[in-house]
Amino acid sequence: MTVLPKWADAILIPLLSILISFVISGLVILYLGLNPFEALRLMVTGALGSSYGWGYTLFYTTNFIFTGLCAAIAFHARLFNIGGEGQATLGGLGVALVCLAVPWPHWTLALPAALIGGALFGAAWAFIPAWLQARRGSHIVITTIMFNYIAAALMVYLLVEILKPEGSMDPATRRFGPGAELPLFSDIFGLVGIPFSSSAPANISFFIALLACLLFWLLVWRTRLGYEIRAYGHSETAADYAGISPVRMIIIAMIVSGALAGCMAINSVMATERLVLNSVEGAGFIGLAVALMGRSHPVGVILAALLFGFLYQGGGELALWANIPRELIILIQGLVILFTGALDNMVRMPLERIFLMIRRPGRQGA
Amino acid sequence: MSESSETAGRPDAVAPAIELRGISKSFGHVQANKDISMRVMPGTIHGIIGENGAGKSTLMSILYGFYKADAGEILVGGTKTDIPDSQAAIAAGIGMVFQHFKLVENFTVLENVILGAEDGVRLKPSLARARSLLTELAREYELNVDPDERIEDLSVGHQQRVEILKALYRHADILILDEPTGVLTPSEADHLFRILKGLRDEGKTIILITHKLREIMDVTDTVSVMRRGEMTATVRTSGTNPQELAELMVGRKVLLRVDKKKADPGKKVLEIEDLRVVDDDGVERLKGISLDLRQGEILGIAGVAGNGQSELLQVLGGCRGATGRIRLNGEEIDPSDHVLDGQVWRGRGVSHVPEDRQREGLILDFFAWENMAFGYHHAPEYQKSRWLMDNAAIRRESGKKMERFDVRPPIPELAAKNFSGGNQQKIVLAREIERDPDVLLVGQPTRGVDIGAIEFIHQQIVELRDRGKAILLLSVELDEILSLADRIAVMFDGQIMGERMPDQTNEHELGLLMAGITDTASAA
Repeated sequence: MTVLPKWADAILIPLLSILISFVISGLVILYLGLNPFEALRLMVTGALGSSYGWGYTLFYTTNFIFTGLCAAIAFHARLFNIGGEGQATLGGLGVALVCLAVPWPHWTLALPAALIGGALFGAAWAFIPAWLQARRGSHIVITTIMFNYIAAALMVYLLVEILKPEGSMDPATRRFGPGAELPLFSDIFGLVGIPFSSSAPANISFFIALLACLLFWLLVWRTRLGYEIRAYGHSETAADYAGISPVRMIIIAMIVSGALAGCMAINSVMATERLVLNSVEGAGFIGLAVALMGRSHPVGVILAALLFGFLYQGGGELALWANIPRELIILIQGLVILFTGALDNMVRMPLERIFLMIRRPGRQGA
Repeated sequence: MSESSETAGRPDAVAPAIELRGISKSFGHVQANKDISMRVMPGTIHGIIGENGAGKSTLMSILYGFYKADAGEILVGGTKTDIPDSQAAIAAGIGMVFQHFKLVENFTVLENVILGAEDGVRLKPSLARARSLLTELAREYELNVDPDERIEDLSVGHQQRVEILKALYRHADILILDEPTGVLTPSEADHLFRILKGLRDEGKTIILITHKLREIMDVTDTVSVMRRGEMTATVRTSGTNPQELAELMVGRKVLLRVDKKKADPGKKVLEIEDLRVVDDDGVERLKGISLDLRQGEILGIAGVAGNGQSELLQVLGGCRGATGRIRLNGEEIDPSDHVLDGQVWRGRGVSHVPEDRQREGLILDFFAWENMAFGYHHAPEYQKSRWLMDNAAIRRESGKKMERFDVRPPIPELAAKNFSGGNQQKIVLAREIERDPDVLLVGQPTRGVDIGAIEFIHQQIVELRDRGKAILLLSVELDEILSLADRIAVMFDGQIMGERMPDQTNEHELGLLMAGITDTASAA
């Protein structure tokens, strides 16, 4: 039943969901004896009030775009890839190994190489659950969750035992060196004379992420492969009828998904100039919410990633300046995920009823 | 205009068993029932006939408490009754036998009958009571089923009897049957009708929903015709004829028989030898099928659903592996699973209209134009470059094909799910026939399709045949096979029971073959 017009489905429902989650968050803040409007003001100025704030917001946004696309491509094939976290972790390893392998003369060489490294490692990490699903019927939700833990454990082992420089106490690799330093927003905008905070980590990866969105759109809606992935995602029996191999679709969709998660590491790892433990910081899971909220469309993913980037940065500022515990920020983010992702129908059903009520008298009059 | 003509609704001393007054119901902007009034007299079999989407099922769902009517009232036995849910319907003495049975497969007949109507915490007294009632009913109405048999071990016809028993156990006086013969062999259907007549003679009231004119003529006393949510007429069955009913259903004159000239079969195109399929549970579904298909003929495969026809079509369409030999235009083709898929067949000029257009033939969420390329998305004319598809070309071509096949509305930018069943089927047929295939495989071409569209679809298939193409037609509608096919093969239990020419056989003989009885001499 297509009761709702497209714009209501794509824009109105997410907006209402966000509004509800903000209202509930506000009530909680009020209950704690604080002023919710003051909290909102702090979040907005902290995240969007300065180029420093924007620099952090867009840095997080970049991560979420990549992991959002990772979840979105899997959704198109009706696969629930919860392994974005692990795939991005392995992508980080790939990026770090590429950056450490040679003393890169310039970032223009290091970046493409690191992208390939991250994508390859992420894709390889996704390939194993994909193969198990396609050939052995092991459920991809279970296997990708397990692979997140394996990735985390592997990382601890590698950083503590192998990649850590001699004599260091810190479980992290050595620094990548100046040739692998990505241009920051301050460098880029500086070229055209716009001042931008040089201490914010947003960098050229943001534009790579936008490029990835364009390529994603082309892949899904303009290529044969995307056509087959979507067909398989909508109906496996129909795909079978058309001669589209389910095994091929599962494996390809997951490889692309893992590669997108792996690409995130150019932002999260290259920007910090060394590989540390837990470089992904939950972005892989946020990606699921971003893709759900963005309706698996790149434009939606960008907007949802911006929202979560804002929540991350604004929430951090809030914890810093107001007497609000860090946990509350997680609560707000959790509420947004809950309402936009899981409780979609709670907003949708009443809205459909309202639309019907508006429409029916008009019909009878016609 | 909205007032229904009630030629048979004469004033009577007895109150009608069911009376509907001005029932209306809409879903969104679709009006499924428009101001419907109807009287069903007690002790009669009342047929409700109409095309798919005419609103028959909606009306009965309202009567059984699944939907709430927007307006109107229901009277049961002369008193106004509110039916908010199925419990209330049962309490009012209304029982329903659904098209898709609602039985617990691994329970016995007895357990299914008392399910939801147990007398107390302990099952034993209920079971004992049900057992004695079941034996009584079996004697009275030929409703014999072994009470201790598991549902999964019963034939479809017997499962249906369990549904009827369930309703009778709940003291139903009014029995509604929704398309009850769709899954039955002709002889099973005849048996069902005998049961229904027996029930009527005992004073029960029966409402029979169907789209088959013959059933209406055979078994009902009165018939109501629905069209586009309205009740267009209620007439005495003895005072009408199939032609008149068909016209009332469609709203215009229709051709009930297919107009075609004699077939002129050419050389063999498709040769199948000893085809065998074993399913995932280890059950042999095809037990050595051998068939030949020639140019310019329609080979009809008749049979009750579930006797291997679907598997045969899946193998020939490349959706399922098999063992055996297949030759297409003289070229040997390996039918095993890892070699064959839909792409292989399409590449060799075999088009396939699958049995289930919604689950197989179409992606319902895709636009009509996207569906027009489905299965042929590798075709060179649909590519813009090595990687990109030429969506504009597909869209253009789709518009033309939709016009030619009279798809309504002919808008390629509409999602497939927004078309009616008949128009969805026309989209699939347009896609497959317009490829100009050597062989066309067609499964259930008119299932769930309205009469007007059936006529058109049959014409298209016959036209393709007249262009010298080979057509394999699979249908559970015996009428369709008899009127379309140039040669008929009957399947039962994964085997071909025999081949007949349509002008040298009849429904009775085919019905016996469909039930697995080959000894036609003794039965004739």
